[in-house]
Amino acid sequence: MENLLVEYLPILIFIGLAVGLAVIIPIASLIIVPQKPDAEKLSAYECGFDAFEDARIKFDVRFYLVAILFIIFDLEVAFLFPWAVSLGTIGVFGFWSMVVFLGILTVGFIYEWRKGALEWE
Amino acid sequence: MIIQGLAFYMFAAITVAAGVMVISARNPVHSVLFLILAFFNSAGLFVLMGAEFLAMILVVVYVGAVAVLFMFVVMMLDISLAEMRAGFLQYLPLGAMIGFVLVMELGIIGGSWVIADNVDKNFVAPIVAMKTTNTEALGNMLYTHYVYYFQAAGMILLVAMIGAIVLTHRKRPDARKQNIGDQVSRHPSDTLEIKKVSSGSGV
Repeated sequence: MENLLVEYLPILIFIGLAVGLAVIIPIASLIIVPQKPDAEKLSAYECGFDAFEDARIKFDVRFYLVAILFIIFDLEVAFLFPWAVSLGTIGVFGFWSMVVFLGILTVGFIYEWRKGALEWE
Repeated sequence: MIIQGLAFYMFAAITVAAGVMVISARNPVHSVLFLILAFFNSAGLFVLMGAEFLAMILVVVYVGAVAVLFMFVVMMLDISLAEMRAGFLQYLPLGAMIGFVLVMELGIIGGSWVIADNVDKNFVAPIVAMKTTNTEALGNMLYTHYVYYFQAAGMILLVAMIGAIVLTHRKRPDARKQNIGDQVSRHPSDTLEIKKVSSGSGV
């Protein structure tokens, strides 16, 4: 238990560094840089322009379909990790248990392929 | 040990603060971003508890996929902010009731832990006793001992897949697609006609 957390210590240090930098950089630019704002400096410039309408528009539901199919195969892969780690101890039964699981999902995969859900048109 | 304690309080405080911001942020997109922050900090809490696999799956599945899905839903719903704020207090009693039930359940679990001091002997497979890593312990049980639940999970994923396709997929007959097979198997004699034009008479 203790060893496990010691292995994660570098990640904690990295999180601390990332948070520290994310705080220091904007605050430093706020303090060090001379601030003389006027209306032209604060307005949108170059390619920017004021927004014509709200960014929240209805868009095609097919993006949602792609995202949900991605989640399902993401979960399938998540099941593969512990299986791969302990394949030596769970034996033939564990192996075929996973093959049946993958078979069930392959049925769904063939269904979506034949339905044309993966095609964008 | 003290670093562990400090990390716990940091992750826990940020998780609770992010959870409060999820329901109080004015912009729904900001709510989803705070939800992602809450997921990340929950993953940190799982690591502190020794549940490495759960923490990594939380990052991969929830941050990587579910949060994106929430973002799609938020973008797609075309919410007007004023309308959404109107019913905010209306759901407060229901939310308070659900929160109360959850607190009571946690209390029951904690209470049984305190009362029954040999509760850790009643686990089906205590990880501490096995002296293996988290992922390995999970793999040893999931595919053999809990094989029916595992296959049921596969079935649920299949139902979700087919349901998503049935609900959202529609054929678009007006969209023109490229069919490479048709293109390759096309023969010149199907479409080309060679005509002899006698000179001087025009076409």
